[in-house]
Amino acid sequence: MPTIQELKQQALTIRKLTIEEIGNFGSGHIGGSMSIVEVLTYLYYEAMRIDPKHPKKEDRDRFVCSKGHAGPAVYATLASKGYFDVDLLKTLNSGGTNLPSHCDMNKTVGVDFTAGSLGQGFSAAVGIALGQRIKGQDARTYAIIGDGESQEGQIWEAAHTASQWKLGNLIAFTDYNKQQLDGYVSDISDMEYIETRWLGFNWHVQRINGHDFAQIDRAVRRAQAVTDRPSMIILDTIKSYGFIPGEGVTANHSMAFDQKAAQKAIADLYAREGAAL
Amino acid sequence: MRDLSTCENMRDAAMAAINDLAFEHQQVVMLDADLASCLGSHSFCSRYPDRFFNCGIAEANMVGVAAGLASMGLVPFTHSFGCFATRRAYDQVFLSVGYTGQTVHLIGSDPGITAQLNGGTHMPFEDIALMRQVPGIIIIEPSDAQSLYELIRQAYDLNKASYTRVPRKGATHRYPAGTPIVLGKGIVLAEGSDVGIFATGEVMVNAAQEAVMLLQAKGVKATLVDLHTIRPLDYPLIEQVAAKTGRILVCENGRYAGGIGEAIAAHLGRVKPTRMEFVNVGEQFGEVGKLGYLAQTFGFTASAIAQKAEALVAL
Ligand SMILES: Cc1ncc(C[n+]2csc(CCOP(=O)(O)OP(=O)(O)O)c2C)c(N)n1
Ligand SMILES: [Mg+2]
Repeated sequence: MPTIQELKQQALTIRKLTIEEIGNFGSGHIGGSMSIVEVLTYLYYEAMRIDPKHPKKEDRDRFVCSKGHAGPAVYATLASKGYFDVDLLKTLNSGGTNLPSHCDMNKTVGVDFTAGSLGQGFSAAVGIALGQRIKGQDARTYAIIGDGESQEGQIWEAAHTASQWKLGNLIAFTDYNKQQLDGYVSDISDMEYIETRWLGFNWHVQRINGHDFAQIDRAVRRAQAVTDRPSMIILDTIKSYGFIPGEGVTANHSMAFDQKAAQKAIADLYAREGAAL
Repeated sequence: MRDLSTCENMRDAAMAAINDLAFEHQQVVMLDADLASCLGSHSFCSRYPDRFFNCGIAEANMVGVAAGLASMGLVPFTHSFGCFATRRAYDQVFLSVGYTGQTVHLIGSDPGITAQLNGGTHMPFEDIALMRQVPGIIIIEPSDAQSLYELIRQAYDLNKASYTRVPRKGATHRYPAGTPIVLGKGIVLAEGSDVGIFATGEVMVNAAQEAVMLLQAKGVKATLVDLHTIRPLDYPLIEQVAAKTGRILVCENGRYAGGIGEAIAAHLGRVKPTRMEFVNVGEQFGEVGKLGYLAQTFGFTASAIAQKAEALVAL
């Protein structure tokens, strides 16, 4: 296993790539991309049994980013891991690209399911986990949903079926960054007592700091040991974490900034982390 | 009457209409699904906080709630992107609104290729076809700010459910305030006897207007109609233009199946079979990109329209 320090360094690299990727295009979903970088790093560099050289391997662990607008962070992670060339990140959102704003399984190597219409990726993740079981694969499905996304009824329909079918191979994360598009989740459709909501659906539930690798490591290992129920790991996160101009800002869902601003943001982030660029 | 000539964005024209209606009618309420900042329905919220409800990211519930509100005598406007306003809430639109006969006004923003950077998952080409399957719902897609304002107000006055396609950013100013604009009546923008072009929505009417000039330069005289109302369709005008030109080209920022072109073809097939051609996305899904790229990709440009019109005339 990579050390915590190595994971942190990797997360920093993925943040840098994500900021550059969006800055290069000029705008994009920075907030929800930045809040999931630690969990993406942990999944791709530690938890998941995957091989970037064989991205379609039948019995691989699979991952669905149901909050599909975090595509830029997913692409940066996949590129860093070697699924495709880092240079491809420069094509984000431009005409004819294989890296559209929302994750697309038919366009991007390494993306296991398409998302964009919030809620749909999560049901698909349930289906994938069920499929792994039907096929007798020793494999898991990981999924990330948003806290705003959790307002979709479909999330809870999926939650219901997953626990009914005792999908112990499904490990999901809620990116509880407390913000959605129009503002704060608590002002729009509150998610308070979020653990009890998932407990009520009979999931195995943990709640941790989503930017802390030691906590992520412990929680994922514990979730992997649970085999009779699906797992929900609620990540307390900060929307736009690491893209400092968006931290603590209300309108940080999608932001417009150029490459110059991106480079400044990256330098500021590295300085804050005490890391060398 | 309100003059929208300085309005910078189509969404502002839509919100001006809704806010004015809310000012005039106590019973007007507005619901959004976490896209208030995209349409600007914040402006409704700050004026009438007690009558505005952000339902969160839960479109089907939003439309169901709106139907309940309507049954209580309130008149709800709901908003989401066109894809989610229709597809994501379709059974609720069909049953709780359509079948029960509730007056709910659905606003779908980012029609067709104007969804641009949100890409294929967010690019509604099928919303018109879906709404056409719900008996009775008024369907409009105005092509400029003034007509958008007027037609939302007229849809309200008809006291029936409606669906309006609204591009968000930028605005075309085609009709000065005071121009007669009537729901259900197409607006003739050019008259010529070689070919009749029906275009719907900002993207298409703009491109078609340019196409008419390209055609003119080649000696082809076209009639152009801004067909802002999809239901009720302006059958008399359609028949009139077909009689005059014998060639009809229908341009829509959407899919062929169930769309405007098919509706016109079905009607003419019955009363006056006419040679037709179509500009639409056919069987394709949407994809990510800027407006210019998407217009090229799907053949929504003036030159592509002119080419199809010419070929039709040559038949
Ligand atoms: C069904 C659906 N409705 C609306 C949208 C538009 N939309 C995209 S992201 C978003 C907010 C998402 O909030 P959250 O799930 O909290 O994501 P995060 O904070 O992680 O970015 C909205 C409303 C969508 N993509 N899908
Ligand atoms: Mg959120």
